Amino acid sequence: MNKLMALLCGILFGTGLMLSGLADPDKVIHFLNLSLLLTGEWDPSLMFVMSGALAVYLPTYLLVVKPRVLDNQGPLLDKQYHLPAKRAIDAPLLIGSVLFGLGWGMVGICPGPGIVNLAYFEPDIFLFVFAMVLGAYVGRQIHRSIPIAVNNA
Amino acid sequence: MFSSFAPALFGGLLVGLGAILLLLLNGRIAGISGILSGALWSSGESDSKGLAWQWYFLAGLLLSGLLMGGPLEALFGVKPMDMSTLEIPTPLLLISGVLVGLGCSLGSGCTSGHGICGIGRLSPRSIVATLVFMFVGVLAAIVFH
Repeated sequence: MNKLMALLCGILFGTGLMLSGLADPDKVIHFLNLSLLLTGEWDPSLMFVMSGALAVYLPTYLLVVKPRVLDNQGPLLDKQYHLPAKRAIDAPLLIGSVLFGLGWGMVGICPGPGIVNLAYFEPDIFLFVFAMVLGAYVGRQIHRSIPIAVNNA
Repeated sequence: MFSSFAPALFGGLLVGLGAILLLLLNGRIAGISGILSGALWSSGESDSKGLAWQWYFLAGLLLSGLLMGGPLEALFGVKPMDMSTLEIPTPLLLISGVLVGLGCSLGSGCTSGHGICGIGRLSPRSIVATLVFMFVGVLAAIVFH
């Protein structure tokens, strides 16, 4: 049952990515490239993606999930919530975020849209996802060679 | 330009719905980079009989691409994606892919894990991470485009 729900959540999530325009690298570039403000070609619409997602996520978390966590109640289809335990704002977080931002700004594809776009069978996207998996593997090895837990967020 | 605000907002609501349902029902964070590495190198939680749940979520993402692209374009006139307009040189594409994968792995999350689920839990780590990758993303987009 929880695997079926994971599938359904994936479909909702991916459909949202496509409808919002976040799965279109061209649109992402036109959002991130603020120099387009000067030419009037800047596309601010993607601000509404995160706003919309947070408008659903944040209040539901605060009003429903957080009280259940504090009350030691699990989610409906599992025994416990699997939430990241890390709190520290450390070097791996900052370095990783810089590298991710750099890659994202270069071509306008982040992990979710990368996987959704595999459905379009274009060689470019397969190359991108292959490189992304390679990078993730390298990051995992780095994490393992220095003693930091991996499986967060 | 304003015509693209409604699909962006509505799409965002759907993304948020998918993410919060995964948390409400399964107790899981909808961070795509984390889910991908969990699927590939299942992160120590060996309760799985058969495929890990992460593969089902990823299959859902793929299914949305396969099934919904056409209808979304027909109904809302949105262009789900068009790699062909980008004309990115292959080396740049590969470098960016490695950076995205490496960065998310070191930084424990991406746009979804930090930007939605993390900020959605008011996690200071995720708020900082999101500010950093948005800022660098803007710089990179200006430099490369």
